[in-house]
Amino acid sequence: MSVERDVMEYDVLVVGAGPAGLSAACRIKQKAAEAGKEISVCLVEKGSEVGAHILSGAVFEPRSLNELFPNWKELGAPLSTPVKRDEVWFFTSPEKGIKTPGPFVPHTMHNEGNYIISLGNLCRWLAQQAESLGVEIYPGFAAQEVLIDEKNVVRGVQVGDMGIGHDGKPKEGVYTPGIELRAKYTLFSEGCRGHLGKRLLKHYKLDEQSDVQHYGIGLKELWTIDPAKHEPGLVIHGAGWPLNSANPGGFFLYHLENNQVYVGLIVDLSYSNPYLSPFDEFQRLKHHPVLRKYLEGGKRVSYGARAICKGGFNSLPKMVFPGGALLGCDLGTLNFSKIKGSHTAMKSGMLAADAAAAALIAGSEGGDELAAYPESFKASWLYDELYRDRNFGAAMHKFGVLFGAAFNYIDQNWFRGKSPITLHDNTPDYSTFKPAAQSQKIEYPKPDGVISFDKLSSVFLSSTNHEEDQPVHLKLTDPTIPISKNLPMYDEPAQRYCPAGVYEVIEAGGAKKFQINAQNCVHCKTCDIKDPAQNITWVAPEGSGGPNYANM
Amino acid sequence: MKALVSVKRVVDYNVRIQVKPDGSGVVTDGVKFSVNPFDEIAMEEAVRLREKGKVTEIVAVTIGGAKCEETLRTALAFGADRAVHVKEEGEVQPLTAAQALAAVFKKEGAQLFLLGKQAIDDDANQTGQMVAALLDLPQATFASKIELDGAKALVTREVDAGLETLEVDLPAVVTTDLRLNEPRYLKLPDIMKAKKKPIEVVSLGDLGVTAAAGLKATKTAAPPKRSKGVMVKTVDELVTALKGKGLI
Ligand SMILES: Cc1cc2nc3c(=O)[nH]c(=O)nc-3n(C[C@H](O)[C@H](O)[C@H](O)COP(=O)(O)OP(=O)(O)OC[C@H]3O[C@@H](n4cnc5c(N)ncnc54)[C@H](O)[C@@H]3O)c2cc1C
Ligand SMILES: Cc1cc2nc3c(=O)[nH]c(=O)nc-3n(C[C@H](O)[C@H](O)[C@H](O)COP(=O)(O)OP(=O)(O)OC[C@H]3O[C@@H](n4cnc5c(N)ncnc54)[C@H](O)[C@@H]3O)c2cc1C
Ligand code: SF4
Repeated sequence: MSVERDVMEYDVLVVGAGPAGLSAACRIKQKAAEAGKEISVCLVEKGSEVGAHILSGAVFEPRSLNELFPNWKELGAPLSTPVKRDEVWFFTSPEKGIKTPGPFVPHTMHNEGNYIISLGNLCRWLAQQAESLGVEIYPGFAAQEVLIDEKNVVRGVQVGDMGIGHDGKPKEGVYTPGIELRAKYTLFSEGCRGHLGKRLLKHYKLDEQSDVQHYGIGLKELWTIDPAKHEPGLVIHGAGWPLNSANPGGFFLYHLENNQVYVGLIVDLSYSNPYLSPFDEFQRLKHHPVLRKYLEGGKRVSYGARAICKGGFNSLPKMVFPGGALLGCDLGTLNFSKIKGSHTAMKSGMLAADAAAAALIAGSEGGDELAAYPESFKASWLYDELYRDRNFGAAMHKFGVLFGAAFNYIDQNWFRGKSPITLHDNTPDYSTFKPAAQSQKIEYPKPDGVISFDKLSSVFLSSTNHEEDQPVHLKLTDPTIPISKNLPMYDEPAQRYCPAGVYEVIEAGGAKKFQINAQNCVHCKTCDIKDPAQNITWVAPEGSGGPNYANM
Repeated sequence: MKALVSVKRVVDYNVRIQVKPDGSGVVTDGVKFSVNPFDEIAMEEAVRLREKGKVTEIVAVTIGGAKCEETLRTALAFGADRAVHVKEEGEVQPLTAAQALAAVFKKEGAQLFLLGKQAIDDDANQTGQMVAALLDLPQATFASKIELDGAKALVTREVDAGLETLEVDLPAVVTTDLRLNEPRYLKLPDIMKAKKKPIEVVSLGDLGVTAAAGLKATKTAAPPKRSKGVMVKTVDELVTALKGKGLI
């Protein structure tokens, strides 16, 4: 099918309005204004509005924001709850836990000076700043393809088509071909496991020199709680029950403003038991007395999930290719020892922006590699911070949670991350499943509808919506694998790792069938990461489809 | 012929509405807003009428605070030629809205006023009717088909008995139903162009309207929770269960 596509040209195109992309866009405009030059910047976001697809913790370290907008307070940035107190727990059983005494809390888990925020709302605010600086932001448009020319240079992206039916045919009267957005430099900031970022890594072999990337899936809920139990600024982190060293992870509970708390669990996607369900682990976790005491008498307001990339320093691929760069979690800048990726995403965006702006101000026609970006990265605090943290995740994988934690305690507190050892972990997360036959089935308790809930009522609270009549955006390379291989080997784990109930194995006419309920997808990207056959590819659905997170 | 289309900013239809704990209204902080879907249908219809050469100019109007500019930009991206923003940060009650819209309609000298049959936030379903009354104009509500024929409009409505077609003299007020059309996808270049189209800002005072406060919302509550269902295996069991509840 050949279609006429409109073309729009810019100096810089940014893909994805998370902290990385928005910071990059703002910074370019600031640099252009300083130099008295006009640099046009366009930003596309697949969510129905900026923030609709942002799901984070979030305890926010304001370091990058201080650099980008030193006057953020006057500008009304939504940072209103400073962290007052940290608690770190290790749960030894469903009823018991040990609180780590203050002096033994790892250095990276101290949060004085940080804020408890909704990252989605910070992004909404950053988008306002960007627009007032002259950035053109287009929410509701997903970048679907990378435009690579015959010289192997990235020239921009093609926006997804609208109005294609589930059969792949254009729908009469509403079909709207996606336009081509071309730019001198294209900055990809799609967040963890960006679907275009993934292709760029492969096409330009950007990750040839680095360790494989590692991931976690983060599930989170927003609750309104009893005002008597609310302690604004309290940050609780912990590990242990219901997870274990073969299936590790950690939880959080943050008290923000307005009698609200965020509660969440991050499950390491290197988990090995195919019967494990991150969603159900999260639901039962909330019954632990340390967390339940806050939630009891409260009301759940929202739910969502999103993958995080946690490989850190050792997994960082090459950052640039001809005509563009990777930023933020699309690159993998999260600092896992702090579970913080927003300030690092912002900083990487700012560094890439500096490089692009300098090139354009010097008269560049684009299309080249922005070598100044990796260079300034090496000289920045971001490099330093990620370097110190480089052993954290690998230590957890190698030594298990307890010994890993001890290693990390020594590494972080005695050596401040500068110990002479570097640990590597090159087993990809999709290959860690044990066969179902060798694994223990997990009987999860039934949700009580008060503290714990089922998947469907949870997805409902994410306000997820997709146009129903469109092609399924979760592509199976070989449609037979789920039933022929994954089911006998691993009891098709997609039924459990997907936090939105998208994948089901159903009986149809006496045969098993793999069903994909694509409308439920919250765009967390876990299936693309964890499918043992690497047979599922997430592509962008029609623009504005997906969750509509508020205050997440 | 000039057409006026009103567009209201409402909480997006995908958003799960949460009632504020004190019952004073629904939560709107951090929530996505968009154009009332019925107004999008009205906007789409106006554009189609222009494409057919029946309408020559489309003016979009909204009443509300600064954030409503976004709503007008969406209407402009659909294809409105220009927009009027009646700026009012406070609460706007149905009668005030109708008075303001009537004043804009008169000022613009428009022939056709297209608007949604209801807004999905308050479901009041009365603005179009009140505007028609205030201007003493014919009205055709819940349109599922609109044809313009010289100085008349033929409007088809879905009623219980089937389809009813009304003929009204122009100028007239027409409210749109769900099945009138399927609004188009906005194109990125059109959204860009919309950023440059003119928006005239006026106040209620400019239009000679004073905000009325005839209504007072006393309480907002979430619908009662559905109680748990019971699975029955046979029709007999069902009948017994219904009898047990005194329902049959
Ligand atoms: C449960 C959880 C808890 C966390 N807690 C914290 C914390 O406490 N502190 C902290 O600092 N960090 C935390 N993080 C990490 C932090 O959220 C991320 O590191 C950060 O959001 C990364 O920013 P980003 O801009 O790279 O990507 P993202 O924030 O993921 O943003 C990417 C944006 O791009 C859009 N997009 C993607 N693909 C396309 C496309 N093809 N076309 C158009 N748009 C596209 C997405 O919709 C999204 O809006 C947490 C993460 C999770 C999941
Ligand atoms: C614009 C409009 C106006 C109308 N006005 C009126 C009116 O004024 N008066 C009037 O009497 N009717 C009116 N109707 C008709 C009426 O709303 C519905 O058409 C009618 O209720 C259809 O009922 P149903 O059970 O056949 O189907 P549905 O409406 O599809 O089902 C109703 C409910 O039955 C249950 N149900 C359906 N299928 C199953 C199943 N397989 N298993 C278990 N539960 C099931 C569900 O809970 C569902 O919500 C109107 C319809 C329209 C479109
Ligand atoms: S289908 Fe994949 S991306 Fe979508 S919610 Fe499920 S696991 Fe996440």
